[in-house]
Amino acid sequence: MLKALTALAYPRLCIETGRALGHKGAVTPGACVIELENVAYSYGDGALLTQVSLTLAPGSFHFLTGPSGAGKTTLLKLCYGALHPTTGNTLFFGEDVSRMSRDAVANLRRRVGVVHQDCSFLDHLSVADNIRLPLSVAGRQAEEAREDLAELMAWVGLTERAQALPPELSGGERQRAALARAVILSPDVLLADEPTGNVDWEMSQRLLRLLVELNRMGKTVLIATHDLSLIRAAKTQVQARVLRIVGGQVQQAGADL
Amino acid sequence: MTWREDLRYLVLGDGQADRIVPPSGFTARLTVFAAAAMAFLAVFALALALASNRLAHRWGAELAGSSTIRIVAPETQLGQQTEAALGILETTPGVAFARALTPDEQRSLLAPWFGRDVDLQALPVPQLIEVIEEEGFDPAGLRLRLAAEVPGAVLDDHGRWRGPLLASANRLRGLGWLSTVLLAASVAAMVSLAAQASLAANAQVIAVLRLVGATDRYIAQAFVRRFTLRALGGGVLGTLAGGVAVASLPAPPESVGFLEGLGFAGADWLLTLCIPLLCAVVAFAATKTAAHRALKRLA
Ligand SMILES: Nc1ncnc2c1ncn2[C@@H]1O[C@H](COP(=O)(O)OP(=O)(O)OP(=O)(O)O)[C@@H](O)[C@H]1O
Ligand SMILES: [Mg+2]
Repeated sequence: MLKALTALAYPRLCIETGRALGHKGAVTPGACVIELENVAYSYGDGALLTQVSLTLAPGSFHFLTGPSGAGKTTLLKLCYGALHPTTGNTLFFGEDVSRMSRDAVANLRRRVGVVHQDCSFLDHLSVADNIRLPLSVAGRQAEEAREDLAELMAWVGLTERAQALPPELSGGERQRAALARAVILSPDVLLADEPTGNVDWEMSQRLLRLLVELNRMGKTVLIATHDLSLIRAAKTQVQARVLRIVGGQVQQAGADL
Repeated sequence: MTWREDLRYLVLGDGQADRIVPPSGFTARLTVFAAAAMAFLAVFALALALASNRLAHRWGAELAGSSTIRIVAPETQLGQQTEAALGILETTPGVAFARALTPDEQRSLLAPWFGRDVDLQALPVPQLIEVIEEEGFDPAGLRLRLAAEVPGAVLDDHGRWRGPLLASANRLRGLGWLSTVLLAASVAAMVSLAAQASLAANAQVIAVLRLVGATDRYIAQAFVRRFTLRALGGGVLGTLAGGVAVASLPAPPESVGFLEGLGFAGADWLLTLCIPLLCAVVAFAATKTAAHRALKRLA
């Protein structure tokens, strides 16, 4: 399985799917992938995030950390437009999300791969069907992507579990399936919320390697985690910026990480 | 994307997109049942509307287009007044044809009451004139002219009979259509409720689809196709059952004029094909509206 993960089959997939999809929509060239400008957010009772500015440059690798309940998941949701800031702006590829139609946001979201903290799937569909769901949503034929899918399943080591239903997967398998689903459209940016939340050390290292590999292919990566050892391990492999949410604001973490 | 693509998807489907909505038990059964029950009833409403339509036409045709003039006068003046009335009719616009009934014809009209051999001379029987109308016939004007020149003439233009008969036939037909509209509205309400329940139960599915970049349209059409096909299926079942029920109504005896009409004849059967289609169209519109509203709310 380790072999499958380190195999270099995946870059071909990324390049090909990227071309096949031919991303739609006029986007300011050279713009940041995702930008938050003075964003504040509250769920109603008191501000959770007070003034957050964040830019994800193309090809960068970020960690977002902070204590449980600090607002990491919330910040990620703001980043992919699932939540709208109370004040301030979110920019997707240089465009203000608040001025875009829901359909336009949906189209741009195909360029943002998301691994949810709770890794939700369509529980009545097989793992393979779940992983290729973004293809169907993007209007691509399942047939033309069959090879890509097989490669991707091998890459995350789920070939044998392809026909299982999501509720039958282990925590680590769910997270890998979620990762595969997040990257199948070859997105420009990957947002992962606690991707190693409920897996052992060895598995978390494997997932980290997958994420680092994606970053080497030029993808922008943002990982929310409170697992500091994961951050330390990543820093030996990639140049990562570590951000910390403190008191509703995002700060650059110290050199101790 | 256009309605053409909508229709294409509706008919042909899309293997993967169809399966994104989990097969759900009760909303599916509710939709099929509601559509089937309403289609069954709609068959009767349609039969009623068609029967009243036929009745109105028959009554209208039988009584329209002809009038009768009765000349009631002493024996000595009867012939003269009849001549005068015929003379007036000749110059009256809107009268296609007029003739006095022969004694034989008058005798046969009276036969049911007095027997075949009645002696008309011995009875004070009025002379009858049959008038066939055409475009522009004006009974009120004719009545005035007759009153001035033929004191014994009474014009009966059958309006007394025709009016109420036509009104009641039209009322029946109206009721038939009203029932059809109410049934369609009930299908819309039921399907709309079922679709809303299904959408609410699948909030998680919708969240996952949104996460991977599904547009409202993509999500909605999967639900819309499901409910449209279910309503179509239910509509077909209900219409078949209703059709069998109407076809197997015992044929009433000839003399019972009204019941005679309740049934489908010839091309009427083609009209029943509209019922399942109507179910499908109504379900399509109801689900589409419910889905877009729910998706807006969930945004
Ligand atoms: N939908 C919601 N409605 C109301 N409050 C919410 C909602 N979602 C999150 N919260 C609250 O907002 C705060 C931040 O939640 P969030 O999930 O962003 O934290 P987190 O940093 O991701 O935590 P963890 O590390 O445990 O995942 C928490 O106090 C949480 O209870
Ligand atoms: Mg979280």
